[in-house]
Amino acid sequence: MTNRELRFEAEELLDRYVQCLDEDRLEEWPDFFVDKAVYKIISRVNVERNHPLATMFCDSRDMMKDRVVAIRNASVFSQRYLRHLVSNVRVTGQDGDSHIVKSNYVVLQTMQGEETKVFNAGQYVDKIVFGNGGPKFQEKLVIYDTIQIPGLLVVPI
Amino acid sequence: MPTAVTKYSWPQEGVSRVPYWVYLDQNIYEMEQEKIFRGSTWNYAGLDAEVPNPGDFKTTAIGDTPVIITRDKQGELHAILNKCAHRGARVCRSPYGNASHFTCIYHQWNYDLTGRLLGVPFRKGVVDGDRRVGGMPEDFSLSDHGLHKLKVEAVNGVIFVSFDHQMVPFREYLGDLMWYYFERVFDGRPLRVLGSMSQKVAGNWKLMFENIKDPYHASLLHVFLVSFGLFRADQKSKVEMDEAGGHAVLASRKGEQKSSAGTTEIAQLKTDYTLHDPSLLNRRKEFKDENTVAMQTIFPGLIVQQQTNTLAMRQILPQGPGNFELVWDFFGYADDDAELNAMRLKQANLMGPSGLVSIDDTEAIEMCQKGIAAEPDGYALLEMGGRDCHNEDHMVTETAIRAFYKKYRKVMGL
Repeated sequence: MTNRELRFEAEELLDRYVQCLDEDRLEEWPDFFVDKAVYKIISRVNVERNHPLATMFCDSRDMMKDRVVAIRNASVFSQRYLRHLVSNVRVTGQDGDSHIVKSNYVVLQTMQGEETKVFNAGQYVDKIVFGNGGPKFQEKLVIYDTIQIPGLLVVPI
Repeated sequence: MPTAVTKYSWPQEGVSRVPYWVYLDQNIYEMEQEKIFRGSTWNYAGLDAEVPNPGDFKTTAIGDTPVIITRDKQGELHAILNKCAHRGARVCRSPYGNASHFTCIYHQWNYDLTGRLLGVPFRKGVVDGDRRVGGMPEDFSLSDHGLHKLKVEAVNGVIFVSFDHQMVPFREYLGDLMWYYFERVFDGRPLRVLGSMSQKVAGNWKLMFENIKDPYHASLLHVFLVSFGLFRADQKSKVEMDEAGGHAVLASRKGEQKSSAGTTEIAQLKTDYTLHDPSLLNRRKEFKDENTVAMQTIFPGLIVQQQTNTLAMRQILPQGPGNFELVWDFFGYADDDAELNAMRLKQANLMGPSGLVSIDDTEAIEMCQKGIAAEPDGYALLEMGGRDCHNEDHMVTETAIRAFYKKYRKVMGL
């Protein structure tokens, strides 16, 4: 694939991914990943300080399914609407079979009876495999600038 | 400053009632800052391992007062107010780093890592022709104008700070029973910092502290914990406090995952709940007793979390009566093997702003604050397990919250 094709495919994947989250189709969220994928939401400060702690961490697609089951059945939180905006998508390198794709994201949150607020902003650092039923995420790091999370971070970003 | 305290009269039932004004009133909030956080208390400020080298510093807060923790060239720890002695500007503007000194940006007053004032620009004025003009008065002494120093004690890897220079040693502050639980996690082994999380919660700081003194809610609200036997009303457990009532511990042993009298009252419980990837629940016994969870609250605003293998300090930082920041410092031990380290990082999914357990607590606290704000003259009812403050060997009790208010009323004079 040419770089232009890779970038187009990556943007397409990211658009479908955030649309899935925005439309609350969480049960489909793990399908964007390969079986042994790693998903992390981690603060920028922890990344800068080389601290491994993630705020949300899955190292398999099954763990992602468990997260969704917990959100649906076990966790208690108020209803909210989330809206993701993704921009500056760039293919920046290659790691084995996967391509490294970086992009910016912003999540807007609307709680019932409140105005819409910027909830979280940061960078996606993705490893994407193309072809073979792909493209899919082999690794997705959500590195957030919003160090102090307002209230709760329930749904994956 | 607070108006006449008579305005605030506690319900005559005593600590089995908590008047809602303690969660809403600005004067009470300011009194708490003065009498509790800036009073005779030991406040958590971080882990030794966060500032391991000479020159390392971190900024944090005691209550809502900004503080810098530093390690000087000799390796000694210091706690100093982050406020220039000249005009009050913050002298340190980074959350962490390494420095040889601090210089205020405004007029470049310069301080060493212990807070000592080293220099003031134009102290002797400037030369204008054959005379000197300006400058500080002749009797101005650098040594009188350092940064405000606080008392600091490092206790088995944990840094505590007090505004009271006459404070008793931390161990004495805890008492023997509470020291047992503290020393159970902090036995002197070097710690490894895993990282932090932070969240802003729209609730009064005390609601967070009370939450970890309340085992009654844990066995009802937290479907995830209960489903996997991590904390249940029918497990062998204890609620213990220090004599004065400010500190407490909830300790419990993991039981079998099955339905019993202890779970039938939980409306949302799914008895067939299983994990696709059970590795989240992999665990290793590592502490000297049989407890699998011990949550300790250390007055006024620290929670020591040991749930299975996930260890964290939760630092409650009040930000006005209706908000607090909750900082979660996760750690392990320097000698953890790779497998144990991986367990800690995976089990961190239970905690924090996205925690499979702690999500519920944040929601409950915010709902309390919303409800309370609508009825400031009302009060909370705390009669589960009686109306007094005894140690208990079960979870169906609010005894530790009552004990907290015994201590609170004494310190606040309410």
